[in-house]
Amino acid sequence: MKSLAELEKIRNEEKKKMNLRDIKHGYQIVVGMGTCGINAGARDVLMAIVDEVDKKDLRDVTVTISGCIGECEYEPVVKVIDTKGKEFIYGKVTAETGKKIVDEHVMNNKVVQDMLLEKYKG
Amino acid sequence: MAIRTEIIVCGGTGCMSSNSQDIKNEFEKQLKALKLDKEVNVIMSGCFGLCEKGPVVVVYPDTIFYAHMTVGDVEEICREHILKGRVVERKAYKEATEDDVMKIKKFREINFYAKQKRMALRNCGMINPFDIKEAIGHDGYKALGKVLTEMTPQEVIDVISKSGLRGRGGAGFPTGLKWSLAAKNDVKQKYMICNADEGDPGAFMDRAVLEGDPHSVIEAMAIAGYAIGASQGYVYVRAEYPLAVERLNFAIKQAYEYGLLGKHIFGTKFSFDLEARLGAGAFVCGEETALMASIEGERGMPRNKPPFPANCGLWQKPTIINNVETLANVPQIILNGAEWFASIGTEKSKGTKVFALGGKINNTGLLEIPMGTTLREVIYEIGGGIPKGKQFKAVQTGGPSGGCLTAKHLDTPIDYDNLTALGSMMGSGGMIVMDEDNCMVDVARFFLEFTVDESCGKCTPCREGTRRMLEILEKITKGKGEMEDLEELRDLANTIKDSALCGLGQTAPNPVLSTLNNFYDEYVAHVKDKVCPAGVCKALIKYYITDACKGCGLCKRNCPAQAISGELKQQHHIDTTKCIKCGACKASCKFGAIITK
Repeated sequence: MKSLAELEKIRNEEKKKMNLRDIKHGYQIVVGMGTCGINAGARDVLMAIVDEVDKKDLRDVTVTISGCIGECEYEPVVKVIDTKGKEFIYGKVTAETGKKIVDEHVMNNKVVQDMLLEKYKG
Repeated sequence: MAIRTEIIVCGGTGCMSSNSQDIKNEFEKQLKALKLDKEVNVIMSGCFGLCEKGPVVVVYPDTIFYAHMTVGDVEEICREHILKGRVVERKAYKEATEDDVMKIKKFREINFYAKQKRMALRNCGMINPFDIKEAIGHDGYKALGKVLTEMTPQEVIDVISKSGLRGRGGAGFPTGLKWSLAAKNDVKQKYMICNADEGDPGAFMDRAVLEGDPHSVIEAMAIAGYAIGASQGYVYVRAEYPLAVERLNFAIKQAYEYGLLGKHIFGTKFSFDLEARLGAGAFVCGEETALMASIEGERGMPRNKPPFPANCGLWQKPTIINNVETLANVPQIILNGAEWFASIGTEKSKGTKVFALGGKINNTGLLEIPMGTTLREVIYEIGGGIPKGKQFKAVQTGGPSGGCLTAKHLDTPIDYDNLTALGSMMGSGGMIVMDEDNCMVDVARFFLEFTVDESCGKCTPCREGTRRMLEILEKITKGKGEMEDLEELRDLANTIKDSALCGLGQTAPNPVLSTLNNFYDEYVAHVKDKVCPAGVCKALIKYYITDACKGCGLCKRNCPAQAISGELKQQHHIDTTKCIKCGACKASCKFGAIITK
């Protein structure tokens, strides 16, 4: 170790790598991973969202998975919980639209209206 | 592909002895089978502290805490939780809610952790101790960098002095003052030693730090070396801690590879070498002068002070010896400032203290609390109280050098001075809880037996005196004691306290004195009435079967002396002339029908 800058570089890289273990206060994204969800392609959606969160370096955002929430018809289902605890459920999410949810809703607090479950249900 | 989940398996000695290595391997195997190994990491960390629930596995980012894991549970957790997001309820840690419903509690919300403040243990259970980069990611070596590039040695000492940090090994000597004593000596060669010779029965604080976060100790050693002007350090650790030794040596090697030990650290003039020295496990080698003798290759025996090690220590050179936990606090004080540290704790005891909680307590384990937390909070809130609804009787702090405190002391805020005033001591942090089934005379006998065994034999008061005390205690537990013995015991204790050479001898009578003071009635019961109220001392008890007996015959089958008779489905009877008081019947009885009195 020749300099503080070198140490700082390792620290920043590692901080990002270990980010999952930190306490978070930001948005939560929950991807439904019941059998219904997995069949409808939820794993691709999950990985697209995880990659997008990683790429945009959103360290205060948590991405978790859950079992079936009973909306099998609209799988893959993604729930977004904002910092006030308000829940938004999106249906028929794809890898592409998953990224969109991250970019618009999670990053810019703009709800993606036409993908909300209640829109599909009319 | 980004990692979406991390599974941390506890790799402390406790969990390792319950196969946590196999559990980690099984996770890797199952994740591979499910093709999840590219998106899920499995890491082995140091001790989580809640050893009672081990082996422990925590899943991030959901922070689900799985308790009592076995290899057989891994497949289900991977298939259900990791793949499909369904938490495996039967293995997840639960706590009772207000309306007495058992509910899953996430890792950080568990009662055991709620009142804790983890500073020395902050990385234990959080990082992989075999990966220096993870330590660096948690601000490891940042304090060393700051010290070497921005501060003079005197400034470092000033910060530590101002923080109020005191030695965590037991005596509580101010660390900054100690460092300044060695720094004053203008000689070329000085030494820095880390005392990891943790010998109290039931204590494992230092082991946990070395196993879970060895880099914090290495970093602090280098900082202390810089402050006092030493270029060589030793970590004196007992060979009985193989895991700690392995991880420490690995960490030292990694620190050298990264240039954080060795020549010209951070490109400065400062060079520091560090190596581990193994002790053979003698209790007395935790005493600093005996420890140095052991490193020098001599027999581990203490010598008179002065001269103090800070002036004339290892190989007659100025030497500073600090405990593992003391050192683990140092980098954080440098980073966060003396005021920050001094704001935690009580007036004369700053910061936190790690305790190894054991004995008759629900949550056996390792915990760290701010100084000033009361014994009641530790035992009932963090420790979860006494098992089986039994009555609390005493708590022993400070190991063989400490004493027993009773129910009336429960609201005492824990700090160095309070515990000393009550006739016990902080010690290194062993805390053993006792309930109504513990005989206090027997407890005193147990600790004294330990010190008699561990006395090095150099000074007469300790070598002969503790043995005489043990003889008297044995006499009392056998029902042959007389009232004069109690006075003799107290006399001997006070004499040894005043005249023994080292700390071990001077404090050895503490368990006897504190039980004599706090549980005098129990001694009198043994001596005058020839009974052991707790039903422990074999010579004074008899086994009886009460009418709660269902006549199942289990005790009869388990009795090795054929002392039990009785027909099936009828109350059995013990022939006290044949009974050898082994307790096998009591242990086997499912109805609690066998009692001692």
